[in-house]
Amino acid sequence: MEFILAILIGILFTAAVYLILSRSLLKVILGTGLLSHGAHLLILTMGGLGGSAPPVLIDGVTDFADPLPQALILTAIVISFGVTAVMLVMAYRMYAVHQTDNMNELRGNDEHD
Amino acid sequence: MNMINLLLFPIIIPFFFAMILLFFKEQVVVQRVLTLIGLALSLVASFWLIATVKTEGIQTVTLGSWPAPFGITMVSDMFSAMLVTTTIIITFFVVIYSFSSIGVERERFFYYPAILFMITGINGAFTTGDIFNMFVFFEVLLIASYLLIVLGGEKRQLRESIKYILVNVISSAIFVITVAYLYSIVGTLNMADISVKIAEINQPGIISVIAILFLIVFGIKGAIFPLYFWLPNSYAAPPIPVLALFGALLTKVGVYAITRTYTLFFVHDIGFTHQFLMVLSLLTIIAGCIGALAYFDVKQIIIYNIIIAVGVILFGVAQMNTSGLEGAVYYLIHDMLIKGALFVLIGIIIYVTGTSNLRQMGGLIKTHGTLGWMYLIAAFGLAGIPPLSGFIGKVLITKGAFEADHVIGSIIILASSLVVLLSVIRIFIYAFWGSQKNDLPVRDPRTYRQMMFPAVMLVLISVAYGVGTEWLMPYMTDAANVLADPSIYINAVLKE
Repeated sequence: MEFILAILIGILFTAAVYLILSRSLLKVILGTGLLSHGAHLLILTMGGLGGSAPPVLIDGVTDFADPLPQALILTAIVISFGVTAVMLVMAYRMYAVHQTDNMNELRGNDEHD
Repeated sequence: MNMINLLLFPIIIPFFFAMILLFFKEQVVVQRVLTLIGLALSLVASFWLIATVKTEGIQTVTLGSWPAPFGITMVSDMFSAMLVTTTIIITFFVVIYSFSSIGVERERFFYYPAILFMITGINGAFTTGDIFNMFVFFEVLLIASYLLIVLGGEKRQLRESIKYILVNVISSAIFVITVAYLYSIVGTLNMADISVKIAEINQPGIISVIAILFLIVFGIKGAIFPLYFWLPNSYAAPPIPVLALFGALLTKVGVYAITRTYTLFFVHDIGFTHQFLMVLSLLTIIAGCIGALAYFDVKQIIIYNIIIAVGVILFGVAQMNTSGLEGAVYYLIHDMLIKGALFVLIGIIIYVTGTSNLRQMGGLIKTHGTLGWMYLIAAFGLAGIPPLSGFIGKVLITKGAFEADHVIGSIIILASSLVVLLSVIRIFIYAFWGSQKNDLPVRDPRTYRQMMFPAVMLVLISVAYGVGTEWLMPYMTDAANVLADPSIYINAVLKE
């Protein structure tokens, strides 16, 4: 099971890198979304997927799932949700002001202002 | 009174005041007063914290009263307590500077709450003893900084802030990935416990890989070579008070995180990890020096000086001996103070002349004498001319490097001081000497005086920090001892 998830995470990272390297800002933001999905699945996988009982204290149960990665993944999902929302709003504002979402046209430094 | 929660106050007080400020969106004066009250209270708490840490040793509190490796631990040793205090001092004066320079429009759109939320995140990242909690506090400070960098919505700000966010989102994703790898090997998130577990398995190769991943994560935030590429343009976009906060505080959080992880976790294969860190820090210094000399824009010159300082501090950390670490601690706090002062001062220069281009300045010493002399003192302090504050840090770092037989590195550090001096004195020569090129725009002398107050105060504090070296030394030694000997930290956290 870990092996399949590892391959899935690899595919997510590949797609994320491809999207982040594209020119369109919207694709880049979708890429960061995929990147954080991959990272979240990685937390779950790295904690180990074993464990036959839920992580609740019951006498006599020794083989229980690790609760910590689940707590971490929840926190990380909420954070990446918030950050993606902020990014989308800012990308929209930037599109409204600059009239482009092509990252190539958004270069520039002091001399080109 | 039971004061085990003392170390949480510098985190909670700004957070609490930030929430209250959200209810006073339109009342700018109320916002200003409340922000100052909140920061003053945090400052009192943080000084109290330093005194407590000095007399009673490292303070820890484990949230929810879970026993230490399971609950989230907050740890305040001398290093983090001093960084927290410095952060609040700088914010206090930059907020005063903002009153006359940021503009009412920005003040009405949650400028002060954003600053206080950012301080919450910064102080939390300095204080936490849990690696995942550090990620959470990083996100708190980053989201507040996203607001600060884009606040105002100018064309250039929007363009640069989207890149700033993108870089930081990717580095946060790598942070999560790295923590996941680390968790899969050591099975714990408590930083003291991680250190114990790594020592037990004697740092196999995979831990060194994780060390490099951490260096990439914090290197992106702390702007080390070759990951600093995003910094100069992004930092130049927001107005000066925001730039001062970012330049003085944000990169230093990354530097702190590298220092903490490289002195607490990855101490068993110094020949690889710390050698790698040292080479990168020297390259950072060289890249920063090239940038600092290349520009005629005052903002860019000082921004590249941030990068040089990051290199110098990390070079001290990479020595892993008491002198080097003591120097790194000393230089880190010096750099926060002096960068705060310098950014405020060049903000005033830009305000007075109406341009940030050196070629269009000149002759300011005749009209603005105090500004000139203050700038000169700050510039000398940055370059490390004794008895000002940059001197002793560099002496200790160089001493540590000689003890560790890194002679070439020490020579690069000393040569970089000359480049730093040249780059900041160039501003002095162009802006203050010579004759006036253009007529100065008409400015209100009252606003100018209001802006000068925080600048003078920050310069005076940095001078006091340099002159009072002898008096501060016991504190620095405490901080460096904890860094040099991880067992002090571990025993304080896992004592029960």
